[in-house]
Amino acid sequence: MFALINFSYLAAAVCFILGIKGMTRPSTAVRGNQIAAVGMLIAVVAALLHQQIVSYPTIIAGMLVGGTIGVWLAKRIAMTQMPELVASLNGIGGAASVTVAASTWLIALTADNLGTTGWAVAILVSIVIGSVTLAGSLVAVLKLHGSIGDSAKNRTWQLVALTTLVAVIVGGGLFVNGTGAQPLVLAALVGLCLLMGVALVQPIGGADMPVVVALLNAYSGLAGAATGFVLDNQGLIITGSLVGASGLILTAVMCKAMNRSLPNVLFGGVFGQAGSGSQARDEGD
Amino acid sequence: MEMFVLSFTIFILALFVGVELINKVPPTLHTPLMSGTNAISGIVVVGAIISAGSAGVSPTVAAVLGFVAVTLASINIVAGFLVTDRMLNMFKRKV
Repeated sequence: MFALINFSYLAAAVCFILGIKGMTRPSTAVRGNQIAAVGMLIAVVAALLHQQIVSYPTIIAGMLVGGTIGVWLAKRIAMTQMPELVASLNGIGGAASVTVAASTWLIALTADNLGTTGWAVAILVSIVIGSVTLAGSLVAVLKLHGSIGDSAKNRTWQLVALTTLVAVIVGGGLFVNGTGAQPLVLAALVGLCLLMGVALVQPIGGADMPVVVALLNAYSGLAGAATGFVLDNQGLIITGSLVGASGLILTAVMCKAMNRSLPNVLFGGVFGQAGSGSQARDEGD
Repeated sequence: MEMFVLSFTIFILALFVGVELINKVPPTLHTPLMSGTNAISGIVVVGAIISAGSAGVSPTVAAVLGFVAVTLASINIVAGFLVTDRMLNMFKRKV
């Protein structure tokens, strides 16, 4: 069974690679997307065959609810709202990573079977990247939608980002080394990371949001890979890193198309320099 | 530990594959490609299924989180692939 499941993951990963490859050319793009969808189906079926799974009702209920909402969203949305939808789906993916990591950790905690330090680090990475993706995507959605304007308090947000980063490092250290391995610490970490995600995206101008969404997309892939390390699941690791890497390259390609550099997009609003021009414009408005 | 080394090897190699996959992408395909890879990152559903399925015996919080994880990942996958398809079909008709 072990071999069958893992070969299925391999087949799914091959489908994803061929699918992404296809999606880079207009003539093969539709086919590429379909191949990727088939890969996902294979992966889901393989996951259902795992021995650890003892109860199916929760899984089936979740898939039905999620699938229905997904179809409804995809059909209902107007073409002009696409970027917002992609950004929110991204956030949803990040949230999924966080919940998987938290749930796995809670199960292990109750069974008094917390893994090695490496395992705890994987949980932490999964939680941090997932929450940052979730909060960052939410801000991106609101900015794309026009609900949040460009912030004038970039310095403040920078300070918030740094403070939360330090707090997450400290809290994460306690969490990994075992003294802080409590549900409350985990919840606090999630909260801090959410705040960090907001603080990181808030200073970036609304026009740069597509690039930010592409970057967050890469993050959600990496969060998936981290979840793979948590569960020792090669299928997740391959696919997560695949999406992470291709997302990062796509981000770079998009920056190039906009004649910007990635650091300029990410930190231009905060550190002045190249971004000072746009800031000055904002103040003029 | 050996498992970790193996997993890490796979991780690094897959990163390189991901980098190599994307080279010259025409700007019109940026958004569909982003949306497509986003749908693929819904692969975390595999983890969600495993944790939701094995949560039967464990605390309610874990079970609820497992259910939420499966739901969220399913939304990501289903909406992601459908929306990508819709976008790409629109391009096809236009060009």
